[in-house]
Amino acid sequence: MRLAKLEERENFRNIWVMAEWSSGRIQPVTLELVGAARPLADARRSEVWTVVLGTGIADRQLNELIACGSDIVLVVDDPAFTNFVDETEARVLCALIEKHRPESVLCGATTRGRALIPRVAVQTNTGLTADCTQLAIDPENGNLLQTRPAFGGNLMATIYCANFRPQMATVRPRVMSARPPDASRRGRVIRGTLPTVSAAACKRVLEVFHSSEPGVNLADARFIVAGGRGVKGKEGFNLLRRFATMVGGAVGASRATVDAGWIPYAHQVGQTGQTVQSQVYLACGISGQIQHLVGMQSCDCIIAIDKNPDTSMMKLADITVVGDLFEVLPELIRQVSIT
Amino acid sequence: MRIVVCIKQVPATNDAVIDPETKRIVREGVQAILNPFDTYAIEEAVRLRARLGGGVEVLAISMGPPRAEAVLREAVALGADRGILLSHRAFGGSDTWATSYVLSQAIRTIGNVDLVICGKQAVDGDTAQVGPGIAAHLNWPQAALVSAVREVSTQHLVVVRMHEDGHDVCELSLPAVLTVVKGINVPRVPSLKGVLAARKSEIPVWTPEMIGADPAKIGLDGSPTRVVRTAPPPPRNKESLRFTGTAEVCAGGLLRELRKRSLL
Ligand SMILES: Cc1cc2nc3c(=O)[nH]c(=O)nc-3n(C[C@H](O)[C@H](O)[C@H](O)COP(=O)(O)OP(=O)(O)OC[C@H]3O[C@@H](n4cnc5c(N)ncnc54)[C@H](O)[C@@H]3O)c2cc1C
Ligand SMILES: Cc1cc2nc3c(=O)[nH]c(=O)nc-3n(C[C@H](O)[C@H](O)[C@H](O)COP(=O)(O)OP(=O)(O)OC[C@H]3O[C@@H](n4cnc5c(N)ncnc54)[C@H](O)[C@@H]3O)c2cc1C
Repeated sequence: MRLAKLEERENFRNIWVMAEWSSGRIQPVTLELVGAARPLADARRSEVWTVVLGTGIADRQLNELIACGSDIVLVVDDPAFTNFVDETEARVLCALIEKHRPESVLCGATTRGRALIPRVAVQTNTGLTADCTQLAIDPENGNLLQTRPAFGGNLMATIYCANFRPQMATVRPRVMSARPPDASRRGRVIRGTLPTVSAAACKRVLEVFHSSEPGVNLADARFIVAGGRGVKGKEGFNLLRRFATMVGGAVGASRATVDAGWIPYAHQVGQTGQTVQSQVYLACGISGQIQHLVGMQSCDCIIAIDKNPDTSMMKLADITVVGDLFEVLPELIRQVSIT
Repeated sequence: MRIVVCIKQVPATNDAVIDPETKRIVREGVQAILNPFDTYAIEEAVRLRARLGGGVEVLAISMGPPRAEAVLREAVALGADRGILLSHRAFGGSDTWATSYVLSQAIRTIGNVDLVICGKQAVDGDTAQVGPGIAAHLNWPQAALVSAVREVSTQHLVVVRMHEDGHDVCELSLPAVLTVVKGINVPRVPSLKGVLAARKSEIPVWTPEMIGADPAKIGLDGSPTRVVRTAPPPPRNKESLRFTGTAEVCAGGLLRELRKRSLL
């Protein structure tokens, strides 16, 4: 809500983390956010609260939230949260925010988080920064300095929200670090603070499909093996998939290969696909047109394999291999399998 | 029944040019285009109009400077029935809260709207927040990242939503707001008839008063967030490592390097 006077800031306390609940469990991004929230709360001498909206939530997972840095875990366990219904979650979260008045709310910049939190921010009349990769706090007044990439990663913008509370941010997965669990940490689990959760009547989830194909989850992957036109066809992607499976990674693709029907759109990286930030991005036969680069240039270590040593991708990459991917990849697979 | 498509004009390149004095993004002299995701939104609206039969009007709306009129003409060329430009000095500097407020007020003013379609995100601001923001201001249900519309009637929709780990299928009652991804369709190229219609089309310009916008909720002053600093991203490590030679040598060198950096 808008603050009539800046002193009203004092009415808002604590850093909240909205847990990512999907596939029947609390997802790892939640622990990353708790890790990011801890020093912010310490600087303000306040608490980290983690809000979990889910169903059949394991106690072990709730205790882990405390061991990794939460002071309070606020749980609403209700079958209404079995599937992702934005409207139901937004309504419950808004009510919790109005009741407890957090100073800041962090949520994973996941497909669910980026759909849910803009709704909550409008309904609680406050500002939201998208897809942050850096967070700092002014210890005096609690203003969050939220830094995020815009223009496809070509610009870093720092944003703040001084006259409204709570301040909200979605935070890019795998950028912040979870803290190692400390079983001796003390915290409190508060359950069912909202006795009547009624499912929204305007939406019904009819079916849910978890991709049976391994390596489709680009957002969570630490290692992405991506293919471009140099991969030549579906067969070539099988080679990439084999290597990705061996290193526990996911498979990415350039638009040219998606348009050619070699691989589904869910794998596309770039301006009209997904933005990824994995530890390793191994580009195989991708020339590196700007529309592709904007989707992956923030990855920590970029490796390129290309016959042509002078492509934009080869210029951007931290490690390059000049060669035929149909020779280099099988050799990589062979060497990994014997070590 | 009306379908409203929200479209944004964006710079043709992602290379943001920043004025060293004002620290603002320079938009003058940079070629401007229709946000790539919004072409899928327009196409889907045109297809849904055909699927629903008669009595459906497709309107494109955009908030932006006067030259954003160009993207509205483009929308008409691509099949929209008409376009409306929301343009006024007071709209300038709006963040996603204020932008979605302005668009929701325009949608209320248009009236008889049952469906709003947005692109997944704009390639400059990159927030993906305006679509869900409009839904929240209108208090309508929403579906983000829609990759297919399985069923449509004047009362409901059945859509497929993409998630990191797969997808789901959900039913929404109308009115509702969707944001769509590239995979949803293959946009047509403008027909000759469309191009002629676009040239002749009247694009009215709406001001804050015309949509009954509260002056305290628009523009820089109505925006909760503020960009306080912009900077180029930190430079990448320029010392790159290159392997050449036989596949065996390259693969061996690469794996050694990955293990050295604890990346494998
Ligand atoms: C509005 C718009 C949006 C777009 N959005 C995206 C997007 O989201 N994502 C995206 O990727 N693109 C996007 N594009 C398309 C982009 O401009 C390029 O066309 C595309 O990225 C090129 O794909 P590529 O690198 O696979 O193909 P190419 O440019 O053809 O590159 C193939 C590379 O493979 C190498 N090669 C060939 N054979 C071998 C071999 N045997 N071994 C090793 N190397 C080999 C070649 O030397 C070459 O460098 C978009 C374009 C537009 C206009
Ligand atoms: C560097 C930078 C960073 C920013 N970061 C933030 C931030 O974190 N939080 C924040 O609240 N604001 C932010 N803004 C302001 C934000 O860019 C503007 O509010 C902008 O008008 C809408 O956001 P977007 O471009 O991200 O659109 P998105 O939300 O990504 O757009 C999604 C869809 O909404 C529709 N749409 C968007 N804008 C319009 C429009 N003007 N007219 C019609 N339809 C439209 C289109 O269908 C589009 O495909 C930032 C601006 C800059 C320059």
